[in-house]
Amino acid sequence: MKLELRKRESISRRAAIVVPLASFGVSLLFGAILLIVSGANPLQTYAAMAGGAFGSVNGLTEVLVKSIPLILTGLGVALAFRMRFWNIGAEGQLTMGAVAAAGVALFWSQGMPAWTILPLSLLAGCIAGAVWAGVPAILKAFLNVDETLTTLMLNYVAVLYSEHLYYVAWRAPNYNSGTERIPEFAWLPRIAGRAHAGIFIGLAIAVLLWAVFRYTRWGFELKIIGANPTAARYLGISIARNIVVTLLVSGAISGLAGAGEVLGLTRRLQQGISVGYGYTAIIIAWMAQLNPLGVVLVAFLMAALAVGGDQIQMRMRLPASVGVVLQGMLLIPMLAGSIFREYSLHVSRARNQESRIENREDTDRQEDDAVDGEAAETGGANGSSRSRGTGGAAGTLRSGGTEGSAGSLRSGGTGGSA
Amino acid sequence: MKKRVLAVVALALVMSMALTACGTGAKESEGPFKVALVYIGPPGDLGWTYEHDRGRKAVEAEFGDDVETTYIESVEEGPDAARVIRQYAQEGYDMIFATSFGYMDPMFEVAEEFPDVIFEHCSGYKTLDNMGTYFGRIYQPRYLAGLVAGSMTEVNNIGYVAAFPIPEVIRGINAFTLGVRDANPEATVTVVWTNTWYDPVKEREAAIALLDAGVDIVTQHQDTTEPQKAAQERGALSIGYDSDMRAFVGDTVLTSPMWNWETYYIDTIRQAMDGKWETHQYWGGLSDGVVKLAEFSPKVPQDVRDLVADAQKAIIDDDDIFCGPINAQDGSVLVAEGACMDDAGKLSMMVFVEGVVGTIPAQ
Repeated sequence: MKLELRKRESISRRAAIVVPLASFGVSLLFGAILLIVSGANPLQTYAAMAGGAFGSVNGLTEVLVKSIPLILTGLGVALAFRMRFWNIGAEGQLTMGAVAAAGVALFWSQGMPAWTILPLSLLAGCIAGAVWAGVPAILKAFLNVDETLTTLMLNYVAVLYSEHLYYVAWRAPNYNSGTERIPEFAWLPRIAGRAHAGIFIGLAIAVLLWAVFRYTRWGFELKIIGANPTAARYLGISIARNIVVTLLVSGAISGLAGAGEVLGLTRRLQQGISVGYGYTAIIIAWMAQLNPLGVVLVAFLMAALAVGGDQIQMRMRLPASVGVVLQGMLLIPMLAGSIFREYSLHVSRARNQESRIENREDTDRQEDDAVDGEAAETGGANGSSRSRGTGGAAGTLRSGGTEGSAGSLRSGGTGGSA
Repeated sequence: MKKRVLAVVALALVMSMALTACGTGAKESEGPFKVALVYIGPPGDLGWTYEHDRGRKAVEAEFGDDVETTYIESVEEGPDAARVIRQYAQEGYDMIFATSFGYMDPMFEVAEEFPDVIFEHCSGYKTLDNMGTYFGRIYQPRYLAGLVAGSMTEVNNIGYVAAFPIPEVIRGINAFTLGVRDANPEATVTVVWTNTWYDPVKEREAAIALLDAGVDIVTQHQDTTEPQKAAQERGALSIGYDSDMRAFVGDTVLTSPMWNWETYYIDTIRQAMDGKWETHQYWGGLSDGVVKLAEFSPKVPQDVRDLVADAQKAIIDDDDIFCGPINAQDGSVLVAEGACMDDAGKLSMMVFVEGVVGTIPAQ
């Protein structure tokens, strides 16, 4: 017996609905096992979590509070991921956005009209985030430096720098950590509870990005670059320019998340702003299939999971670590399940049970043949992949060969003259 | 792909509503006095939070069914703390304790909203009619521990793994160093900062760095036993903090300046239950028993124990640790001969005394 994943020819309506529902069911089941092992009633725990997140006005507004940075960083990450630029640095971009917004609101407010400070602070947050993403983008675009490492490493730089500011350089007297409170005219207005106007910014950017991806040339270019950089190059799309521009925007959006936290929520630069939103954003972007509107919904769900998660301790009296593990266990099937949207699982049996498969449809038979052929290193299904492989190899050979010979000629010439 | 996400959200919402309906019952008006504590780390840290949780358990033992206590652990200082504190206030808790400095502003913000709930914040300075503060003069037993360390160091160099460059931590380093120097004027105390309250890995690494630099006794201000364990593995001695760390590490921990919240929690909760609670700024010392020096390790010789016993008596009679002459690290006079530093000076202390090696990150 053999398990096999086959790519679905088209994503059926049924799969699009059944797969996430089934994944969610498996998530709850996994979580239930953990809860039973920890000595808690899973139904009560889920009820408490849902109640904590959605059962009161306060809970709902707190879910919104958590959603705001998650939506913005999720959008920033999704934008970069669209072109397969692995921006792991949303956390650092958020942090630098928070630093810059706090800096402007705290230290530039003298001699400026009061109403300019809030927009200037938000802008500063955008710029700082853009710069923080722009550096890896330029390194990638022009020197081909791996962005996964540069964006990740810059997170530590940003977080440590912000720590230096609120523990040492900008620390208000008599505080462990945290600057002075920013002046009131620089506050982002709150709409309900602690939920602030940042939610509107997040939603507006989500709609804007959705339209960009769907209707604009830029959105199209990102898609092509993501799907096939070689094709994009043949189409005359400048990959370097796209990397830089896209990452500046991506970083600016994450920077805005940090600015929102400072101007709308904490009203000072302090500990607790950089708490991993930029990493959760990666999960959010993937679960949303890089769709900006999906990001909003998934971010809201993740925020609900975080706020509801308080109840694991507060009502169910389980240790904090169980809450963290539970959240992880709820996420894994959701992420893993997404593979079944594009692939279907088939169970094929070995040849000697031929009598059982004789009455199968022809198509199935052919696919089974292909599988066997693959095992024997010959056969039909390999044909297509082989030709694809050859084409690719020819391409690389051609370009590689040209560059190589030019290089050797040049070096040869230099050698001769010397 | 949009549909998939929508479906997930829809299901979650439906489930949550269905579950909420049967999940939350009405709160009974009569019942036990409800107390919640917000912890910075897990009670299993064997340090700071462990001691607060011991206080909570003492409350349960004292009042039985008349008091119901709960706690939430590992709450990040900052915006998340306000959510948690507000949730407790909303759910009808009568009294809420927050046990880390960084909870001050979040608690203050919630306390303004809930005038009928009593709030108590450990180690801060902001108060309201319904919000008090409480803390202990841990610098007193730290001075005593310094006497032990100064007497027992063989290389005249002691390592101090420090948390944050704030008055509370600097006061502790200074008191400890004064004790070290009173017992051994040749000895110095080398300080490294971690900027953490609870990070076992970082705190262990800092201790190892100090041991590599040649200290033979290590102490710390954070909430874990890792520096003491690291010292033991290197064959070095240590001074604990927060709780009696000898119980968890072994006899290489000579003694520990430790907290004892049992009496304070029982007293203040009783006042609240009797309607006699008033806002306050409590800062108790050795004489109240809220801070003390743990039992000595068998490694501590009798003459050192006698030295500590005499000093402890002097402190209980007359808190004279920060009395002159005391020089600052740069040799200038910090407290003149015959003078004593007042509480305001102690609470805003931002310079090291002579004998400390290391710097306070400049502002």
